[in-house]
Amino acid sequence: MDLAIKYGFLALLIGMIIFFSVFADGFAGPYSAVFIFQSVAITGILALGVTVTLVVDGFDLSIGSTATTALMLSSYVMVVWEMNAFWAVTLALAMGALVGLVNGLLIVKMKVPDLLATLGMMFLLVGLQRIPTEGRSISTGMTLPDGRVTTGTFSKTFLALGRHRLDFFIDNLIPVSVIVLLVVAVLVWIFMEMTRHGRLMYAIGSNERAASLAGTNVNKYKIIAYMISGVLASIGGILLAARLGRGDIASGNNLLLDSVAAALIGFAVLGAAKPNVFGTIIGALFIGILLQGLTMMNAPYYTQDFVKGAVLVVALVFTFALSRRGGTAH
Amino acid sequence: MQKTAVEINDITKVFGENKVLRGIDLSLNAGEVTVLMGANGAGKSTLVKVLCGVHKANGGTISLYGTPFTPATPAEAIRAGIVTVHQSINDGVIPDLDVASNLMLDSLAKPGGGFFLNKRKTRDAARKIAATMALKVDVTQPVSELGLADRQMVAIARAMAHKPKLLILDEPTSSLSAVEAARLFDLLDRLRDSGVAILYISHRMSDIRRIADRIVSMRDGKISGLFDQKPLDYEAAVDAMLGHSMSDVDLDIAAPGAPVLELKNLQIREGSRPFSLDLRANEVVAITGLVGSGKTELADILFGLAKPVSGEMTLRGAPYRPASQRQAIESGVFLCPKDRASNAVVQAFDITKNITIPFLDRHSSGTFLNKRSEQRTAERIVNDLGIVCQHESDEIGSLSGGNQQKVMVGRWLAEESSLLVLDEPFQGVDIKARRDIGQKIRETSKGRATVVMVAEMDEAVEIADRILVMNEQTVVGDHINKDIDMKQVLAEVAGQQSETMGNEHAS
Repeated sequence: MDLAIKYGFLALLIGMIIFFSVFADGFAGPYSAVFIFQSVAITGILALGVTVTLVVDGFDLSIGSTATTALMLSSYVMVVWEMNAFWAVTLALAMGALVGLVNGLLIVKMKVPDLLATLGMMFLLVGLQRIPTEGRSISTGMTLPDGRVTTGTFSKTFLALGRHRLDFFIDNLIPVSVIVLLVVAVLVWIFMEMTRHGRLMYAIGSNERAASLAGTNVNKYKIIAYMISGVLASIGGILLAARLGRGDIASGNNLLLDSVAAALIGFAVLGAAKPNVFGTIIGALFIGILLQGLTMMNAPYYTQDFVKGAVLVVALVFTFALSRRGGTAH
Repeated sequence: MQKTAVEINDITKVFGENKVLRGIDLSLNAGEVTVLMGANGAGKSTLVKVLCGVHKANGGTISLYGTPFTPATPAEAIRAGIVTVHQSINDGVIPDLDVASNLMLDSLAKPGGGFFLNKRKTRDAARKIAATMALKVDVTQPVSELGLADRQMVAIARAMAHKPKLLILDEPTSSLSAVEAARLFDLLDRLRDSGVAILYISHRMSDIRRIADRIVSMRDGKISGLFDQKPLDYEAAVDAMLGHSMSDVDLDIAAPGAPVLELKNLQIREGSRPFSLDLRANEVVAITGLVGSGKTELADILFGLAKPVSGEMTLRGAPYRPASQRQAIESGVFLCPKDRASNAVVQAFDITKNITIPFLDRHSSGTFLNKRSEQRTAERIVNDLGIVCQHESDEIGSLSGGNQQKVMVGRWLAEESSLLVLDEPFQGVDIKARRDIGQKIRETSKGRATVVMVAEMDEAVEIADRILVMNEQTVVGDHINKDIDMKQVLAEVAGQQSETMGNEHAS
């Protein structure tokens, strides 16, 4: 039973890969693998942010809208203000950090419950990103509210973030976004597992009062967690902008739910029964592989959300009903 | 002459390996207030929970006016006529509803009632209840607009709507002022006269003096004393509750070194008497006193969790005013808090990680953790304290209570401190673990000042070089732990002096 809980989900993942490799033509192969990674890169990065806030027993509902705000902001910086890629990226990241800071202060100082604070922030950002362009998407040649026609363009460097592929045995194989995902995942993993800051964040999530009585500055770490979440969401938004090549107001609708699902599925991996970086990445990949496989077997696109939901429910049952520790956790 | 309302026979209750109630025999009479006293962990709340149907007893019987009574749920107990008013006032009332709805809540919740509310009927019924209780509140007022005492009255009135045979009150005055408490006592007097049996749980000696017809002391899951001869012997009741049966412990009283922490005219709470105190190196000082006597408040002040009203603190000659726990720790003042489950244990962590939390900076280079160094410290602590486990990487939850507590104490023994404060370090641990922990605290005490806050007299005598007694947020007694005059100490714990002074004042 213990083994089943610990390795059950990984076994399921491997079984699924074998199943699709046999039954779905073209599933097994480097391009397909890269496609899966690319499809989960942005949600994966956001899910890592969700994971960090879950670790301190918080929750960030604003990540999806932070990402789309980063998308709109970076587009606006280049197309309307005609600045370069460096500024587009820097300002978007700073915006993410600021959103995280405000979330953290609302929760820590104003004592607003985390779900409500970040829900409010989500609404605020969804509205805010529409104001400068009166609700229209941003692209070169669009007319601004004051009648000007934009002449700025997305810089080549910026677009490369979303479109360039690096050589890896095969020419033009791995997209930059996949590299970014892997680098972010490794960095967050190192931070959470190998530094004392990560350790204290886990302590806060498990028993905030005990952590505080052991001399931990709980408020500081909670704010840091939300800032990490905000910055990671911005990275996701920047990659999305670079892939789309326009400030698409309608994109990124699914980002919040998908990334939360990945982080929650991660609870079930290796029987952790708690938020963890490795699990989150596996969770994101699990959904990616399942959707890719089903698509190749001609499952219609509109079944995708149903499949994701089903996976999430199964993973949650794994975590909370079957695992001993999950049973005692709240 | 008096009718026995409730007869409790040989009730036992076991949680895992922990025998919480070891055969309770007790009878409660109609029209009488029985005060139940007991230190934390004596089993009072468990007994109450068995009576009001939250827990099921493992053995023994309860009868209610002669008929056997085994409640399976709280609702069943209430229907049978055992009604409890819990310590936290807001558990007893719903603040957003008006007084009438609160008073009638249980009849509203009863299955089989009508679907629609009849507000006028509810209000009239509520007024009737309020009148019988001499409760002077407007029943249409929301409870959230009432003061604490009135809320408490409403909670009790609501309980009375069930026409209880036994009313249990768990520390009902803990958040009331003296004037408010007086109103509560008047109400209880009326209830007593109407023939209700009342079980009153409290630590406040002034309450007990005012209301008790008899006192029952509990200790270690047993009734340790029953006092019903007038005048009631309050000191003996406190003695029975705290006990000092094991004063045969041999201690070498350490020669006190230089003062480590000096407190000058420290005032803990507005209106309490300021006190001065020196804590010296090599010395283990036990501070004892009832719940609410100010022990925990003092611990909080020493550890930077609260600020004194006035007074000065000097740590090794330098002014000491910690603004946060972190500052206290960095100055060498450690606090091992009471109630480990909510204040100390990090359930998600293994033994090693639980030990190293406060001092991670000493187990890391830059921000990166050095797991070898953590491991070494954990091994040392596990060996030193004799923590029974398979490995230092065992989950903390897999350990017994005593071993968990050893880990929590070990957490603060892992590094050198100037002043180590341990708040109730023997809470919920077995006798063996208690001896181990006590011995380790004494062994390591050289060079630092050690303060142990304990309610139980045994524990104080077992561990301390010096015993301080606190009462009403001030230090009222200071004794070297040698041929100690237990009667004097107990009198101080029970607040004898201040009480007699108060009486003189009144007359």
